[in-house]
Amino acid sequence: MTGRHHAVVGWLLLLPAAVLLAAFTHYPAVATVWHSLWSTPKANRPARWAGLENYRALGDDPVFWTALVNNAWYALGTIVPSIALAIGMALWVDRKLVGRGLLRLAFFTPTVLPMIAVANIWLFFYTPDYGLLDQLRGSLGLAAHNWLGSRETVLGAVMAVAVWKEAGFFMIFYLAALQQQSPELREAAALEGCSRWQFFWRVTFPLLMPTTLFVLVNAVINAFRLVDHIVVMTRGGPDNASSLLLFYIYETGFRYWDASYAAALTVVLLAILALLALVQFGVLERRTHYQ
Amino acid sequence: MLNPGRTDTLLNTLSAWILGIVWVLPLAYAVWSAVHPSAYATRFELGAPLTLENFRAAWTAAPFPRYFANTFALVTSILAGQLVLATLAAYAFARFEFPGRDLAFALVLVQLMIMPDVVLVENYRTLRAIGLVDTLAGMALPYVASAFGIFLLRQTFKTVPRELEEAARIEGCGVLGVLWRVYIPLAKPVYLAYALVSVSYHWNNFLWPLVVSNSVETRPLTVGLAVFAGTDQGIDWGIINAATLIASGPLLVAFLIFQRQFVQSFLRAGIR
Repeated sequence: MTGRHHAVVGWLLLLPAAVLLAAFTHYPAVATVWHSLWSTPKANRPARWAGLENYRALGDDPVFWTALVNNAWYALGTIVPSIALAIGMALWVDRKLVGRGLLRLAFFTPTVLPMIAVANIWLFFYTPDYGLLDQLRGSLGLAAHNWLGSRETVLGAVMAVAVWKEAGFFMIFYLAALQQQSPELREAAALEGCSRWQFFWRVTFPLLMPTTLFVLVNAVINAFRLVDHIVVMTRGGPDNASSLLLFYIYETGFRYWDASYAAALTVVLLAILALLALVQFGVLERRTHYQ
Repeated sequence: MLNPGRTDTLLNTLSAWILGIVWVLPLAYAVWSAVHPSAYATRFELGAPLTLENFRAAWTAAPFPRYFANTFALVTSILAGQLVLATLAAYAFARFEFPGRDLAFALVLVQLMIMPDVVLVENYRTLRAIGLVDTLAGMALPYVASAFGIFLLRQTFKTVPRELEEAARIEGCGVLGVLWRVYIPLAKPVYLAYALVSVSYHWNNFLWPLVVSNSVETRPLTVGLAVFAGTDQGIDWGIINAATLIASGPLLVAFLIFQRQFVQSFLRAGIR
């Protein structure tokens, strides 16, 4: 094949995927910026140039700030526990414990359930009086509590759902990494008189670092991308106490049909994701080799 | 002391089991209430009578067969499209020299960060413009070109020895012939892994289908389940839990049977 022929065939092979990617990833990313600069068309008034008006409104919108702060707490409160639990689970099922296979199954099963099913299951679990959680509390003599209905507990309650769903997924990556670690390390450390606590922090954990970085990136993206359970369990309530950024975008775009304002909100979300991509690129560049 | 003693192993086993039990409790409770009459939903007695009445009630109360058909059509058409498009694009990136290739590849990877769910407002606008709102095609379209699939297959194709390709060319294979005879067969395990991940992702996907569909004819299972649980059923939890299990059942059963393949696939797809 000549060089020119090569180039033509290469582009032809790429074309179908390129067209769809451009239409549903690159175009919307650019268009959302453009549309955020216009007002939302109404029945008797077409869209007009709004400049930065939507962004000014955003700065003054307490719901937006609540959702943003919630999302930050939600990210922190889901990522740290799910990674810690994932490492713990992996260390456990990596050892020869009784019923290791069953444990692995128990930890991993939530991963294959749809988030909607998970949300229903937990909605039931949290039901005041009737749900298992309140029944357990009742047997200890504690009063019933509306976990999803009070501002103080709702964000924590939806975080628990996300941790339950994700920890087992992250576990398998840690498990794979642990199984690649050489048993000689352990023998050498034993000779040095190293305690197990030291061994974990000085040897195991640093060796798991690439896995942690990979899991971290996934966890952060999920914290901003997955809001299915919010739609089913709380609708962002009570009083926006469990509203997350993407959920607020969904509400603005498809319940209040304010497309321009939703576009401005999307720009904020894209900026956050872009920032994360930059961080990821800076930190992970040394270990991923794409070429 | 690195080698665990007996008490230590016992303590670890115990805590692992406690966490394991805590982990299955929410699901186990849902199953309990689904297979017992509502009188026993919150009474835990070993002798409680078992019943499939809740499943029957859920199955007839909402058009689940239709939802199943929709999800099935959605998942298979997305997968089929993804496999074809990702194979072609990955082959181009792995084995062809053309101007702008590296830039194009970087642009493909952008989708790993900006997933279609995130830009759903603009994508909905696009669908409305081309008249595909409330269709399965519109629901599938944004996912058909998958950066993740392209990336995964490109990495795999790059490991194929060039001698095999040259030998196939001498035998008279064209571009697509080489792809079909050499590259695709060698990448079979990767295809399987990718397919499992894609199917579980789209079987479970919710927000975008929720936005696009507004009729029984197009609703996939997840959206149908949310609608069913959301409309006031007089909140009979036994029936809602039965519906939840119906919707997640096929994937759950497949997972229980092919556990190892599932875990391997998620791993293979995750570690790039």
